[in-house]
Amino acid sequence: MRTLEQTTEEILSLAAAHFKVPRAELSPADDFYQKLRIDSLQALELLTRLENHFSVELPDYEVQGVSDFRTLASRIQARL
Amino acid sequence: MLDLSQFDSMGAALRAALERWPNETCLIEADRDRERSRLTYREFRDAAEPLAAALEESGFASADRAAMIMTNQPKWLISAYAVFVAGGILVPLDYKLAASEHLKLLAHAKARVLIAEYPFWRAITQAEGFSSHKLKTVLVTEAPPGADLAGAHRWEEFKGAGKPEFRARTRKDPACIVYSSGTGGRPKGCVLTHENYLEQCAALTTLYPFWPGVRYLSILPTNHAIDFMVGFFGPFICGAAVVHLRTLRPEFVRDTFTRYKITYITVVPAILKNLQKGLQARFDALTPGKRRMLDALVAVNRTLTRRRPQLWLSRRLLPQVHRAFGGELRALFVGGAFTEPQTLQFFYDLGIPVGNAYGLTEAGTAVTTNDFKPFRADTVGRPLPGIEVRIVNPNAEGIGEVAVRGKTVMSHYLDEPEMTAETIVNGWLMTGDLGRLDAAGHLQLFGRKKNMIVTPEGKNIYPEDIENAFVGIPVKEFCIFAANYLWPQRTMAGEQLVMVIHPGPEQSADANLYSELARRNAQLLNYKRISGAILWDLDFPLTTSMKLKRAALAEHIRARLGRDAVVPL
Repeated sequence: MRTLEQTTEEILSLAAAHFKVPRAELSPADDFYQKLRIDSLQALELLTRLENHFSVELPDYEVQGVSDFRTLASRIQARL
Repeated sequence: MLDLSQFDSMGAALRAALERWPNETCLIEADRDRERSRLTYREFRDAAEPLAAALEESGFASADRAAMIMTNQPKWLISAYAVFVAGGILVPLDYKLAASEHLKLLAHAKARVLIAEYPFWRAITQAEGFSSHKLKTVLVTEAPPGADLAGAHRWEEFKGAGKPEFRARTRKDPACIVYSSGTGGRPKGCVLTHENYLEQCAALTTLYPFWPGVRYLSILPTNHAIDFMVGFFGPFICGAAVVHLRTLRPEFVRDTFTRYKITYITVVPAILKNLQKGLQARFDALTPGKRRMLDALVAVNRTLTRRRPQLWLSRRLLPQVHRAFGGELRALFVGGAFTEPQTLQFFYDLGIPVGNAYGLTEAGTAVTTNDFKPFRADTVGRPLPGIEVRIVNPNAEGIGEVAVRGKTVMSHYLDEPEMTAETIVNGWLMTGDLGRLDAAGHLQLFGRKKNMIVTPEGKNIYPEDIENAFVGIPVKEFCIFAANYLWPQRTMAGEQLVMVIHPGPEQSADANLYSELARRNAQLLNYKRISGAILWDLDFPLTTSMKLKRAALAEHIRARLGRDAVVPL
C-alpha cells in the first residue's frame, strides 16, 4: 500500500511527463491549472491518466473544485 | 409548430407526454463505457410518482420550493417531475458552487426541500452556517451504506404509499427559480413561469424538432437553463430520449456519440473548440495525398451546402468524419458564451450544422438562433418565433443595447424589485449586451455594456462576486472590473478580469503585494481568476452610504489609463 507521500510523488511525476514540464518545477502545494497551464478539459485528461496508473475510478464530482496536487493526491489515496 | 396551448403548466405537459409515449425510451444513463440504466416513459412515471406522493405526505405544498444539487443523471429529471406533480417550484442550483454558496442560495430561495447527490450534501453539512439552514426535508441520492446523513432521507427509499395528487398550476405561476449569478454579491434568482418554458419549448422545437427515436446527449449541467430545456423539457414533450453520461472526460464523450448514435448535443464553446482541435489533429496526420482529397471534399461540401444543410449528402461525402460523431448527428448546439465564427464554419464545412444561439437565463434561455437559411457564422442568428429583439439607442453604425420582449422573458428577480425594474423596462428585457440587427434580421454582438464576463466554459462572472476573495489585502481600497467594460472592445472573445488597486499613503504596490494577489488568485477556481492589476492614485468615488460608484470610477479610469497600464499577474 502506498503512502500519501508516495501517491503525491507519483502524481507529480506523471503530470510532469504528460504535460512535458520538468519534474523539479512541480511541488505538492502547486495549483496544477496554473503550473501546467492547462484548462478544465486537460485536467480531466490528466485524471484519466492517473486513474489508469493507480487502477482506480475517480468520479468527476470528487475533483470538483480541486486545483492543487496535494488535495488531488488525498482524493486518490482515499480510493486506493 | 408544437401546440402546447392546451397546457397550463410544465407538469401537465410532461404528464401528457408520459402517457403518450409509454413504451419509448426516455432516459439512458451511461457511465464511461458501461450502461447503468435505461427507462421508458412509463418506468419514468412509475419512479417519479411515489416520490411525488412522499413529498406531498411530508407536507410539501403547492408553490413550495425544492432545490436540486445534482450532476446530470436520471434522478435529476425524475425528481424535477415529482416536484412539478406536487405543484412545487424547482430551484436548480449549480452543483459546481462551493457548499457555502449552496447554503446561501438555499436560504435566499427559501427552499423547503433539497434533493442532492450525497457528496454535495456531505460538503454542505461541513460548511459554516449549516446549523442554521431552514430545510424541512433533504433527500440524498446514492449515499454509501452506513453513511451519516445528518438528518437527510435516502432518495431511493423516500416513497409515498398512494398515488400522488396532481396539483394544477397556472401559466403565470413560477415554475423555476434559476440563479444566473450573484453568489458573492446580490443573488440574481430569475423567476421563470410555466408560460416561459412552454413558449420557449414551442419556439425552439420549431427550428430543432425532437421526436421518438431522437437521442439527445446531455452534458451541459441540467441546472443551466439551456440543458433544462433541450436536455429535459423539449425532448420529453416530444417523446425523445435523453442520454446522460456520468463523466465528462472527452474520450468517453467521443465514445458515447458512436455508441448511442446521438442526434443532438449542446456544448459550450470550450468543448466545441476541443472537438475542433481533435479533428484538426487527425486531419494534420493524414498523408499529403489523403489530405488533398479531404480538402477537396470539404470544398465540395461547402459549395453544396451554401444555401442550406444537406445532411444525407454531407454524410456520403465525408463518411469518416460523420462516423466519428455516430453517423446520425443532426446538429450541435453551442451556447452559454461567445463562439468564434471560424470554429462554427469549420464544423459547418464538414457538414455538421452548429446551432449557434444567443440567450440569457432572464430571457428563458435562447433569444436568437441560427436557422440555417442560410448558415451564417458571423451572427448569432435571428430571433426565435414569438420573440422580439430591438436595439436601444443605436449609434451611427446601428450598434446599441440589445432588448428582448416576449412570453419567454422571466417574471422578475426573486425579492429584488429594484433590480427587476432596472432590468425589465416597459416590458423589454435590457440585456446589457451590445449588438446590431442587420438587413436580414440577424443579430450580431459587439461586446457588453455591463460589467461582467462570460468564460468559454459558459460561466457568467460578475467582478463584484470575486472581490470577497481579496478582502484584507494590504491596500487602501480595491475593486475588480471586466477589462472590456473599462476599455470597450468590439468582441466577446478573450474576456478578462482586472483589479484596480489604490494603495494607502504608507503602502506600496511592491512584489509582496503582487505575490499576495497571486496567492489569493490561486485559491479561486481557474475561471474566476483575475489576470492583471492596475494602480490608481485617487480615492474611489463613493455614494453617501459609502458604496462604490463603479460606473463613475470606470469612467475616470477610461479617461486616464489604457489597457497597457495593466500589470499581468
